[in-house]
Amino acid sequence: MERLLNFIYEYRAFFTFLFLELVCVWLVIENNQYQSTKYFNSSNRVAAQLLGFSQGVREYFSLRAINEDLARENAELRTDLARTRIQLSESVTDTTRINQFDFVSAKVMANSTSLYKNYITINKGVVDGLAPGMAVIGDAGAVGKVKSVSSRYAVLISLLNVDEQVSGMIKRTNHFGTVRWDGADMRYTTLQFIPRHARPVVGDSVVTSGYNAVFPEGIMVGIIREAALKPEAPFWDIRVELSQDFGRLVFVEVIKSKLKNEKDSLEHLTIGEPK
Amino acid sequence: MNRLGIVQLVLFFVYLLVQVLILRNLVLFNTAFCFLYIAFVLLLPIETNTLILMLAGFLMGFSVDIFYDSMGLHALATVLVAYLRNYWLSTITPQGGYESGSTATLAANGLQWFLVYSLPLVFLHHLVLFFVEASGFTLFWYTMLKIIASLIFTMSVMLLLQFLTPQRRRI
Repeated sequence: MERLLNFIYEYRAFFTFLFLELVCVWLVIENNQYQSTKYFNSSNRVAAQLLGFSQGVREYFSLRAINEDLARENAELRTDLARTRIQLSESVTDTTRINQFDFVSAKVMANSTSLYKNYITINKGVVDGLAPGMAVIGDAGAVGKVKSVSSRYAVLISLLNVDEQVSGMIKRTNHFGTVRWDGADMRYTTLQFIPRHARPVVGDSVVTSGYNAVFPEGIMVGIIREAALKPEAPFWDIRVELSQDFGRLVFVEVIKSKLKNEKDSLEHLTIGEPK
Repeated sequence: MNRLGIVQLVLFFVYLLVQVLILRNLVLFNTAFCFLYIAFVLLLPIETNTLILMLAGFLMGFSVDIFYDSMGLHALATVLVAYLRNYWLSTITPQGGYESGSTATLAANGLQWFLVYSLPLVFLHHLVLFFVEASGFTLFWYTMLKIIASLIFTMSVMLLLQFLTPQRRRI
């Protein structure tokens, strides 16, 4: 026993090293698990405020561009509103279905685009009704999902994250696949699992499919820039240019889906526990 | 010794704040990152105990992780560097050994020595950091590009700072 203790004492540096590295590996693996509420990330109040300060300085350099984006978005929303009014008066009368999505506007406190796993910190949290798993859109298209929340801040898993998968659809043909970032270029993502018989064309729009009820159907993701079919491949290789410029993200909107629970529990009953 | 401890404590926060407030936003060509905080571990006095080194490295890495939302990643790479640092220092001891109480800086030991000392350690740090983040070797060459670009960036800033700050030969 004494020998053992002596041995451990003699190599205490190595054992401490081993212990610390194991803690780190555990943390890394834990963090890769999707969706969790944790304290030690940038939704922590001190961290978020510091990052917000640094982001605030950055924003001064892009105020003009931001203003233009907001003005354009305003215009688009007006047109959309008019169209929706007409649609509403014509058909759907179920108010729950009409109001199934709630939007919460939030400001970006921190954002990264050049890592493999990019996250975004925003200034809305539990007190504003946010919860892990909600979808987030920007002025031009899908942005990501809420990963973890603290009382006043939340961390989003960005579309520019190699772990993030979103159900996407080619708008023209209605073929659906998975939007997943390849980790390389912040302007492009990929659309996977589009079957051989589909005929995607360069210039087609890719939108969210609405199959997982996180994103509403038809949120813009991007435009197909390259579509190639290898001789023996079962699926197309499709490169999509993101419509949202992640490099200058300032305001985002979190979507609260009121019917998500109902849809999930129905699917759960029919298909079984999701993996 | 006590005064030195306080100086290092202040330096810890300076490195951390510079990293998360300034360098976090400074990514060149989307590939070159500057992880200057590793200099904190590299520049601690030569006689620092490995245990204290690793603890300091862990705290530094962990704090950086909070701001990068990358739980454990930076801590992992930094603890590795902190553990190997003293072994590497004793391997490359110049003739006649280090002066007692000296720091592992450029001013104390010269440019050539400093490059031999810091280059492999910073490279190792970046290697672990980027490959663990990519969780595998699928993007091997792109990751290598990021590593080399970041290595050049980090080393340049580190060297510049060494030349700019007035260094006493002994503390």
